[in-house]
Amino acid sequence: MAKEHPILETRDLTIRFGGHVAVDHVSCAFERGTLTAIVGPNGAGKTTYFNLISGQLSATSGAVLLNGETITRLSVPERTDRGIGRAFQLTNLFPTLSVRENVRLVAQAKARKGFDLFTVAESHVELLERADHVLSEVRLIDQADQTVSVLPHGDQRKLEVALLIALGPQVLMFDEPTAGMSVDEVPVILELIQKLKSDMDRTILLVEHKMDVIRTLADRIIVLHNGALVADGEPSEVIALPIVQEAYLGKAPASSGEVA
Amino acid sequence: MLTRLLSGDTPRSGLLTALLLIVLISLAFAPFLFPGTKSLETAARICIFIVLVASYDLLLGYAGIVSFAHTMFFGIGAYGTALALSTTGPNYGSLIWGTAAGAGVAALFALAIGLFSLRVKAIFFAMVTLAVASAFAVLVSQMSWLTGGEDGLNYKIPRELTPAFKLIKAKVFDVSINGKILAYYLVFFAAAILFLVMLRIVNSPFGRTLKAVRDNAFRAEAIGYRVVWYRTTATVLSAVMAALAGSLLAIWLRYTGPATTLSMEIMIDILLMVVIGGMGTLYGAVLGATLFILAQTYLQNLMGVAAEATSAVPVFSTLVAPERWLLWLGVLFILSIYFFPTGIVGRLRAGRA
Repeated sequence: MAKEHPILETRDLTIRFGGHVAVDHVSCAFERGTLTAIVGPNGAGKTTYFNLISGQLSATSGAVLLNGETITRLSVPERTDRGIGRAFQLTNLFPTLSVRENVRLVAQAKARKGFDLFTVAESHVELLERADHVLSEVRLIDQADQTVSVLPHGDQRKLEVALLIALGPQVLMFDEPTAGMSVDEVPVILELIQKLKSDMDRTILLVEHKMDVIRTLADRIIVLHNGALVADGEPSEVIALPIVQEAYLGKAPASSGEVA
Repeated sequence: MLTRLLSGDTPRSGLLTALLLIVLISLAFAPFLFPGTKSLETAARICIFIVLVASYDLLLGYAGIVSFAHTMFFGIGAYGTALALSTTGPNYGSLIWGTAAGAGVAALFALAIGLFSLRVKAIFFAMVTLAVASAFAVLVSQMSWLTGGEDGLNYKIPRELTPAFKLIKAKVFDVSINGKILAYYLVFFAAAILFLVMLRIVNSPFGRTLKAVRDNAFRAEAIGYRVVWYRTTATVLSAVMAALAGSLLAIWLRYTGPATTLSMEIMIDILLMVVIGGMGTLYGAVLGATLFILAQTYLQNLMGVAAEATSAVPVFSTLVAPERWLLWLGVLFILSIYFFPTGIVGRLRAGRA
């Protein structure tokens, strides 16, 4: 049965804020083990589209399907339980807790131990081990005992990715994972995303502005413009489309070349 | 063994450990170290308020929820025990069912308030608790056929817990071991156990999740925690603990009335004790409650002595006149917030690093 369905699908997904249609009848299916880049100018509805899929916003109309099951009306934690994981554009962590505790909390949520009232949290060694394992993967293990709020920005971005890895969902959504990172830190994140895709056969949705990042990672690009899906296809084709050159890059096709 | 008892949450500061040990030893041997009715009253009050303040910290410091209904739950516990003792007689059966009923009613109230209002903005929850608590206080003072109204309830407790009962003839360290001493140790050990239970809860996976919800509820949802349920459970647990503290007060005082349990003044005292001790650390409740109650009880005496001694100095002696004790308590509070914004415990733990 699962074979018939794409892992994630949106059907005519729409949200209106008053008169403004932020996401406009977007129908799109995502196959297992693929990485789809979502591009478009600022305000095109990319993050809103993510919010509709992971549940922070509820759709005005249309549907979100995971493995063929409608999840449009489910709450955020219910969708997380079913396998949708989300990393955020603006760093969105637990600032007063330690780096290790941030990841441990995710492992704890996944193990469904949050309502365990009378054991000592530290006695669940497997959760701590899991946290440390993920932290080594993202090369944050040396900072494990630091408080998140004092962490440099680049490390906070890495931790953001670490939380998603610890959650290990079927669908991973990254919203500009490399935003604000220094040039030498970017490859670490890209390598991690690449690894998630190839080794673990996850489905990845990626909002990204850096064209070189998209070229390296994406199997497919979809383009959103004013909330509507305007292009969908292989990276090389989509990037060449005039509408993308104009809508996304904001310049005529003739002046192609250096891309911000 | 000790670390297990403390759920791995050791004081982590030499000075803090020393202070806590002083409080623990003083309370454990209070009847012998500080003989006299007033000091025993103070010691029992400190024990009870440690539980009450710790249960409020569970909500405010760990879950980040501001509630003004904590004295209502304290009162529900006290009235539960009081009503049971006054209606079904001074036996242990009524003491136990009254306490259990009080805790149960408190849990139901907290569940209702939590489910009704924790979904929305924090300020709304705070307002709802304020409204419910005020309504409850009015209700209690109006339903005098049941609650004794403003006068409250006087009742008998099991004889073994009253001064009339002598456990042994001989005196220990010049103190006669009567029922009042037994009642004190009931309060002391119950408070100690409840405190250790709360220490376990805040260090459990649940307690850790509360901290995550406090830090970033939005993200907690996104990693799969159902925030409303965590907040509601924290509210219920904190209400039950407050109710049990109320029952201890009802047993200790043999009197329950609005002024001793439900007043807004007590609510504010609890808030001050949490803040002085340090939010988000249960040990803060111990120090906050101890210092505050000692100040409340003895500052007046101390100032009386000071005024006497300085009677020759015109302005100063007026300033330290006993009736100005609240002014000085206020000054002490402002100074402590200014110098220790993270509370005494926060300051001591930070000083270690």
